[in-house]
Amino acid sequence: MQENRSPIMDRIAEANKAATTGIDAKDIKDWITIYIMGKAYTVPADLTILTAMEYAGYKFVRGVGCRQGFCGACATVFRKKGDYKLQTGMACQTRAEDGMYLVQIPFSPAEKAEYDITKEPYEASVFIKHYPEVTRCVSCNTCTKACPQDLEVMDYVQAAIRGAFDALSEASFDCIQCGLCAIRCPAEIVQYNVAQLGRRMYGRYGQGVPEHLRKRVKEIAEGKFKKDMEKIIKCSIEELRKIYTDREKEPE
Amino acid sequence: MTTRKTETPKTAATDNFKIPYYPGCTLKTTAKNFENSAIAAARALGIELMEIPRWNCCGTVFSLTHDDLIHHVASVRNFIRVQEMNDYGLVKNENRLVTLCAMCFNTLKSTNLRVKKNAEDLKKINDLMYREEDYTGKVEVLHFLELLKSLGFEKIRGRVKKPLKGLKIAPYYGCMILRPQEIGIDDPEDPTIQRDLLLSLGADSVDTPYKRVCCGSYQTVKEKAIVAELAYDILSHARKEGAEAMATVCPLCAFNLDHRQKEVKASHSDFEEMPVFYVTQLMAIAFGLENESYGFDQNYVDPRPLLASKSLIKQQGS
Repeated sequence: MQENRSPIMDRIAEANKAATTGIDAKDIKDWITIYIMGKAYTVPADLTILTAMEYAGYKFVRGVGCRQGFCGACATVFRKKGDYKLQTGMACQTRAEDGMYLVQIPFSPAEKAEYDITKEPYEASVFIKHYPEVTRCVSCNTCTKACPQDLEVMDYVQAAIRGAFDALSEASFDCIQCGLCAIRCPAEIVQYNVAQLGRRMYGRYGQGVPEHLRKRVKEIAEGKFKKDMEKIIKCSIEELRKIYTDREKEPE
Repeated sequence: MTTRKTETPKTAATDNFKIPYYPGCTLKTTAKNFENSAIAAARALGIELMEIPRWNCCGTVFSLTHDDLIHHVASVRNFIRVQEMNDYGLVKNENRLVTLCAMCFNTLKSTNLRVKKNAEDLKKINDLMYREEDYTGKVEVLHFLELLKSLGFEKIRGRVKKPLKGLKIAPYYGCMILRPQEIGIDDPEDPTIQRDLLLSLGADSVDTPYKRVCCGSYQTVKEKAIVAELAYDILSHARKEGAEAMATVCPLCAFNLDHRQKEVKASHSDFEEMPVFYVTQLMAIAFGLENESYGFDQNYVDPRPLLASKSLIKQQGS
């Protein structure tokens, strides 16, 4: 979703200043009307759904996270005026439009199976055992249409049914677990949790341990970081704070 | 039209004639031996079974309710994938879709027939799948046996390196490739297509009236005893007619006739185990293909002692 960043995202950032830094309403040129749970609000144009709702007075404690489209916490269902279709998206990544009807789906109370991957067979039956609903898939593709990440959700459910762990893992890799697929599925499948089970199984049995990880684990076991660790344990809070601020960072 | 890579079809770089191949879920799990032997045998005959990219479940079991269109969506989506194979040049002007699984064959062909006959049904299904290109109704669903027949059994005979001499096989058809008549690939009362294939491989074909009797199908999930009784009748009649093994093209029939022999033995002390082959396993042996394509590990009754006794494979160490 990152490639859509400019110029729309720049405009959104600019417009978001109204909500985030408290710019005076008289400086806003364009206004739109949105309907949050049916009630009309006038908000600056070009905001994301998330910031538009905040402008309207909603305060998000849960159901919001990274604001960058990665965490999957701010799932939204909306409809545009004059259109019968219910659409889905992430509130932090979708622009509010005039006449939009909105509601947040901050959490999906979906089934999540408990399992120990070391005790499960690496075959298609593992999905049938924990999520038997997968076999009810009629390939209607509703899940795919709902996915804000544009994943081929139905394809990976089909891959699960036939035990294609590799295809499932590849197709579901960018899943942010927002739960919108499961909310829409007429066969009541919990696609994103099925995919998580599949990726875990693939990671353990399909891919093997990478050499660099094996090497690092060995180094740690041999005490490579023992000295540094002991030093850190003895540090005062002030020293720790300094170490933390000066730490080596990955470039943004 | 969106295309996204999910699975790459496994194809060998050959000059073989390419045809879209629909595997189905069972061929990827409990009937892997059917798929492997069929792909290898087809390759030996100059046919490349090209796995349809992004295929989905056929929908298993054709819905007979006349207003239940949602259960035909799965089949039609697979036909669209065949159109796409032509669009992207994976196959050249090839609208035939080949299946191995008899159940998938029946489901796919039934749906195809229905939407070809009912333009309104097809429109509704196409409308539901508005993100896909429309299905134009041009795909033709074939069973692998039909493809072999169109190739000519004489050509198959010409490819045989190790004739299955003295091997007495009773072909078993079941329901899904015979009924209903507009779907069936052969005479529903007296089918002969597997017999002709077995004869071309050099085997003896043993006829039994039970060749077209239902194996018990999905009753096998909850009513094992019913299926075991049917398997007992089918297998012991074949034995009485002189058969040493059976051949089939249906993974469900194969499961019921082969794996349910465990239950048959428990309820019939006189019962003698009988190997059940996929007919493509027999092709792989007759064509002299490498052992990996046989897949006998997945057979419940081990056919290797029988094959070794006919000198068709090497004697087992154990």
